[in-house]
Amino acid sequence: MRRRTLLLAAAITPLAAGPAHGSDARLKVVASFSILADLARSAAGEHAEVSALAGPDVDPHGFSPSPADARRCAEADVLVMNGHGFDAWMEKLARSGGGKARLVLATQGVATIRVRGGHSHGHGHSHGHSHGHGAVDPHVWQDAARAAQMLRAIGRGLEEARPASAPAIAAQAARAADELLALDRWVAGLFAPIPKEKRRIFTSHDAFAYFGARYGVEFRAPRGVANEGEPSPADLARIIREIRKENAKVVFLENVSSPRVIEQIARESGARVGGRLYSDALSAAGGPAATYQAMMRHNATLMRDAMLA
Amino acid sequence: MPGPHDLLVAPFAEFAFMRRALVAGVALALGCGPVGVFLLLRRMSLVGDALSHAILPGAAAAFLVAGLSLGAMALGGFAAALLTALAAGALSRVTPLREDATFAVFYLFSLALGVLLVSLGGTGIDLLHVLFGSVLAVDDAALVAIAAVATASMLAMAALHRALVVECFDPDFMRATGGPGAAIHAAFLVLLVANLVAAFLALGTLMAVGLMMVPAAAARFWARGVAGMIAVATAIGAASAYLGLVLSFAADLPSGPSIVLVAGIAYAASVLFGGVGGVVPRILPRPHLRG
Repeated sequence: MRRRTLLLAAAITPLAAGPAHGSDARLKVVASFSILADLARSAAGEHAEVSALAGPDVDPHGFSPSPADARRCAEADVLVMNGHGFDAWMEKLARSGGGKARLVLATQGVATIRVRGGHSHGHGHSHGHSHGHGAVDPHVWQDAARAAQMLRAIGRGLEEARPASAPAIAAQAARAADELLALDRWVAGLFAPIPKEKRRIFTSHDAFAYFGARYGVEFRAPRGVANEGEPSPADLARIIREIRKENAKVVFLENVSSPRVIEQIARESGARVGGRLYSDALSAAGGPAATYQAMMRHNATLMRDAMLA
Repeated sequence: MPGPHDLLVAPFAEFAFMRRALVAGVALALGCGPVGVFLLLRRMSLVGDALSHAILPGAAAAFLVAGLSLGAMALGGFAAALLTALAAGALSRVTPLREDATFAVFYLFSLALGVLLVSLGGTGIDLLHVLFGSVLAVDDAALVAIAAVATASMLAMAALHRALVVECFDPDFMRATGGPGAAIHAAFLVLLVANLVAAFLALGTLMAVGLMMVPAAAARFWARGVAGMIAVATAIGAASAYLGLVLSFAADLPSGPSIVLVAGIAYAASVLFGGVGGVVPRILPRPHLRG
C-alpha cells in the first residue's frame, strides 16, 4: 500500500514518455520486482516497455499490491514473475486481472539450490499473509550465470507474446545474456585471487546462497534478522561469537532490511558496517545499484574489499 | 546440560546486547509499573493500546521530514500520541461520549492517517521495524531515552501520587474542593504517552503495552493498597523482563514476546494463587482463628 505513489509514478512516466505505435505498439511488460524488471528490459530492448510492481528499494517479500497494481497487470501483455514462492502474489494478480496477459516464470528451467537446514528463514512479513519459501531458495538472480538463463527465459516468453518480433527479440536477448555471462566472468575473476578461507561475508539477510555457490563465497546471516523484526538472542549470540572467533572486520547491511540489528552486531563484535548490499531490490536511479549489472558489480566490489580488510 | 550460571548469568556477562536489553526492560518496568496500575484503577486498560497506535502518524510525519532518525521519529510519535490523548481526554470531559469511545475514534483516525503517511514515504523498509525494532537492537541513544523517561516518570508519579489517588477514587471530592482534576488527568496522560514511546523504543508496537498492563493486572491479586500494587507491578515487570530474556536466550525464541509471555504466566499464577481475590484462596476454606 505504501508503495502505491512511487509505483504510480514509475508506471505513468514511461507511459507518458513512450510514443504509441498503434498496432505495432511495444509490448507492455510488468515484472513483480525491480531486478526482474531490469532483466526483462535487457531482454526486450526497444520491443517492450517494462515496469516493476515492487520498485527500487522496495522489499518484494513484504509487498502488498494495490488496486492500481492489479489494473496495470490487467492491462499488461506479459507478466514476469520469479516463482519459488518469492512473489506468489503475482500469480494472484495475474488470475484476478482477467487473464489476457501471458505469465512468464523467469526461473523456468534454471537449476535451484535448496535452502540450507540451519539457515532457512521464513519470510514472514508485516501484512499478516505470510508465505514460506518452501525448500527452494528463490534468490536465483544472485548468480549472474543463472540470471542470464532467467533473461533467456523471459526473452522466450516475450517472443511467444509477439511472434512478429520474435527474431529481433531473440537476437536482443542473446546479446543481453552474453553481457551477463561476461559479468559472471568478471565477478568470478574478482574473487579468484582471494584465498578460500578469506571468502566469508557476514550480512543481515541470507539471500546470497546462489552468489556463494557460484563464486565460492561463504555467507553467514543470523536467522530471523531477515525482514521479520524479532530475531532470537541466541541467533545474535551465535553470529557475534562467530565474528569474534574469525576476527571478521566487516559486516553488511542490505537495502531492504532494518539496519538496527546489524548495527548492534557490529557494535558488539567490533566489526564495522561495510555498507549496503543489494539483494532483493535495485537502488533508485542514480544509486549504486540502479541496474542488475550495477548491483552485481557493487555487491561484489564491497565484498571483495571486506575480504581484503 | 547447562548449569544455572550458564542459563541465568552467562548470557548477560558475555553479550552487551543482553545487558542493554535487561537494563531497558527493568527501566521500562520501573516507569510503566505505576502508570499501568493507575490505568487499571481508572478502568482505562485499553487506552494504552489505543494510544500506541496514535504514535504512528507522528512517527511517519517525522520520517517524511527528517528521514531515518530514531530521535526525530520518537519525538514525532510522542507529539502525535500526546495530541490524541489530550484531545480525547478533553473531549470526553466536555461531551457525553465516554472516554473509551472517544479514544477508539481518535486512535482509528490516527492509525488510518499513519498508514497513509507511511505509504507516501514509499520506502521498502518497514517503518515500524526501523523505528521500534526489537529489545535486542537497543542502542545507546534509545537506552538513555528509556532511562530518562523512566526516571522522570517515577519522580512525577511520586509528586502526583496523592492527587492521582484522589482523582481516581473520588473525583467528586476533587471537584468539590476545587482540585485541579483536569490538570492532573492531563499530566497523567503525558506520562502515559512518554512511557509508551519509551516502551516502543525497546519492545516494538505489539509488546509495548504488555509490560505496562499485564504486571498491573497481576498486582491487583496481591495488594489492596495503591502503593502495594505499584510495588508488586514493578517487581513483576522487572522479573518478567529478566526471566523473559533468559527464556528467549535459552530456548532460542524472540525476546519481546518472551518477556510478555512470562508476564502473562505471572498474571495466570496471580489469578490462581493471589492473596487478594485469587481463585484458590477463595475456594479453600479459611483456617479458623483460634480464640
